Amino acid sequence: MSPPAREEYARHEQANVMLARVAGSLYWMSRYLERAENQARLIDVNLQLLLDFGDVSDELLKAHWLPMVRSSGDEEQFFKLYETADSESVTEFMTFRGENPNSLMSCISNARENARQVRDQISSEMWEVLNDAYLFIQGANSKQIWHEGASAFYDQIKRYSHLFQGITVSTFSRNEGFEFIQFGKYMERADQITRLLDIKYHILLPSASDVGGAVDTAQWHAVLRSASALEAYRRYYVADVFYKKVVEFLIFDGSFPRSLKFCCQEMDHLIELITDSSPEANKAPAIERFRLFLEKLSNLTVDDIFTQGLHEFLDGSQVEVANIGGHLYNTYMYFPPVDLQAEIRFHQQQEQQQQ
Amino acid sequence: MLFDQYQPEDFFDEMFASGTDVRPHYKAVGEALNDVSADEFRSRQTAVETAFMRGGVTFTVYSDSQGTERIFPFDCVPRVISAEEWDVVEKGLIQRLTALNLFLHDIYHEQKIIKDRVIPPQYLLSAKHFRREFMNFEVPKNVYVHICGSDLIRDRNGQYLVLEDNLRCPSGASYMLENRSALKRTFPELFQSAGVAPVDNYPTELLKVLQYCAPAKFRGSDAPNAVLLTPGVYNSAYFEHAFLARQMGIPIVEGRDLLVRDHKVFMRTTAGLVQVDVIYRRIDDDFLDPSVFRADSLLGVPGLVNAYRSGNVSLANSIGTGVADDKVVYYFVPKMIKYYLGEDPILPNVETFLASEPKDCSFILANLDKLVVKSANEAGGYGMLMGPWASKEEIESFRKMIEDNPRNFIAQNPISLSRHPTWCGDKFEGRHIDLRPYILCGEKTVVTPGGLTRVALRKGSLVVNSSQGGGSKDTWVLKD
Repeated sequence: MSPPAREEYARHEQANVMLARVAGSLYWMSRYLERAENQARLIDVNLQLLLDFGDVSDELLKAHWLPMVRSSGDEEQFFKLYETADSESVTEFMTFRGENPNSLMSCISNARENARQVRDQISSEMWEVLNDAYLFIQGANSKQIWHEGASAFYDQIKRYSHLFQGITVSTFSRNEGFEFIQFGKYMERADQITRLLDIKYHILLPSASDVGGAVDTAQWHAVLRSASALEAYRRYYVADVFYKKVVEFLIFDGSFPRSLKFCCQEMDHLIELITDSSPEANKAPAIERFRLFLEKLSNLTVDDIFTQGLHEFLDGSQVEVANIGGHLYNTYMYFPPVDLQAEIRFHQQQEQQQQ
Repeated sequence: MLFDQYQPEDFFDEMFASGTDVRPHYKAVGEALNDVSADEFRSRQTAVETAFMRGGVTFTVYSDSQGTERIFPFDCVPRVISAEEWDVVEKGLIQRLTALNLFLHDIYHEQKIIKDRVIPPQYLLSAKHFRREFMNFEVPKNVYVHICGSDLIRDRNGQYLVLEDNLRCPSGASYMLENRSALKRTFPELFQSAGVAPVDNYPTELLKVLQYCAPAKFRGSDAPNAVLLTPGVYNSAYFEHAFLARQMGIPIVEGRDLLVRDHKVFMRTTAGLVQVDVIYRRIDDDFLDPSVFRADSLLGVPGLVNAYRSGNVSLANSIGTGVADDKVVYYFVPKMIKYYLGEDPILPNVETFLASEPKDCSFILANLDKLVVKSANEAGGYGMLMGPWASKEEIESFRKMIEDNPRNFIAQNPISLSRHPTWCGDKFEGRHIDLRPYILCGEKTVVTPGGLTRVALRKGSLVVNSSQGGGSKDTWVLKD
């Protein structure tokens, strides 16, 4: 019996030693918090968007909210808990329900739980922000936020995430751990931007009626605001909000930190750091495949995407992002658990041979 | 103001010699606190609790399914120990740990103390935590107990007594450190001109001890790789494990992070397997290695004991120290001090009766309603009969257990623990306290000046354990 091939004996260098389990926890901590921030913005923007519609029918409400539930794959769970998708049920489901693995409550609890696992590795300030966020959401409920104003609540969640990122940059040493935190963040963000576009993809497609109408413009605004991108978009195009440009900006812009391309470029850079630019590691099929995807992102235009089908493109991108994330996780952050019974037998036999 | 109504009553009060007569070493604190209004005190007390909650200075309560996290209640009135008093306590603790380390070496080697009939052999051989497998095993640098957290109490006359020694995995040192930093933030004015000895050195001293006891085979040019082994995030002391690891700058590991190959211990890192030289383990002997001890342990590391035996890794504390935690063996510690050091004990034991001695046993059985009976190998306030407060049924059930297995029981006269002014919602009242100082044994033996003062927050209660309504205080040792 020998250790897995990957576990080669490393140099004796305490300062650079990081448990694989720790790397995994840092990565998930970061991903979960990023997810929470994106969810918070998405809910907030959609609540506000409804205000522009005036009186809305139940059907419209359902059409408005259900894609959000669907996009994270939680529709089945939702209908176990609620009969109809309306503002209150969806908001509660996406914010507070522990049964929903992607609710804000679940995301923040998971981020904090992962931080707790590596409490010795992160700074006290980082921990305190996550713990504050956790205590904040634990102490709230949906009745109360309806009553006191949902916007202030979601703003606070976003602020915790931003605070956490700033504190991380200012208090966390630039070692491997930092790379895993950043990788988790950009990976989650890349995934979320494709989901956000997918939720609204039907309104981003030119339809026969009402293109450029007031409702559409409001929707496009909402998409941008869901990605914190409205102001950046305006500065970039200095023009009206137009569906094609929205898609172009959120997918292809190389300088906006929430666009798909930007996130993927960051991931690529972090892969270099995590693999230590080792030629061997970079030959891994998953990494080569990701580089191809990046190349595609550089060569495609928004018109290509619409020709190919926006939904198909977004779906494909999600697969690419998940694929490279899975590879890095399995290779650097996750070690298969030791088979405890086999280990016990192994050592008991060794003991007997000695005697 | 706040002390105007205070009644020391018929107890040894740490702060008041009598009625309104404040002991000299409490003068400064007493005056500063007297300037604080009840409202002000209440709001600062709340601020401290919030800060603990935010910082995650909590333990997990398992009695409900939620795994609720609670803070360990903290009382803002510090417990103060004068320099002269501490001098005696410190010397007494060092003397005691020195004798205990000599005792452990002796019983795992020549067993002279048995041959010389100081301790009857049957007591040792029947001790639950005696590890026969480690006879004639050489522990690095001859240190068995690296970290010790003795429980001290004071009786009606203010005499310090040792209640138990805690030689396995004593906990609470993190609260000693957190309490100090919390009180400094909340009541900075108390510290001005008081001359309080700092406690922050504890993690540094602990790390020194861990590095000192690296295996004899360790030949690295750098510092040895030390890690803290925790049962995991669900353990109620996880906060402390993470806290100490962070303060020392060493990795915190779980059993599943370690792997034994060629009688060496490795941790599984992102860079591959890295050898571990010293393990500060916060897991009891029984759970350390499922291939040797309890096979159902999911917390341990298969092969660890063998690696330890091969001299490739050190453990702090060593395996087998629990034998001296047995309350029957405790009875003999003063005799050990005499035997190994030729000295009189500086800190006496609580007077103890052994149920396994026929004469003591009939005395115990005749006085069950007056005595405190304890199981030999329980801790944390469990397996105990508080005779004067117990029901008839409890007394009878203990009578039966004692008759069935006298070796497993000891009895003591109830001690009227000293009391300390403690915040009770709107004013100060006297509450019973104990003291757990932390003694580290490496190249030399050092006692951190202070420790964890635990306080029984319920009126009249003598039980200071956090699981049963206990809280804690910052503990000051004054410089001269």
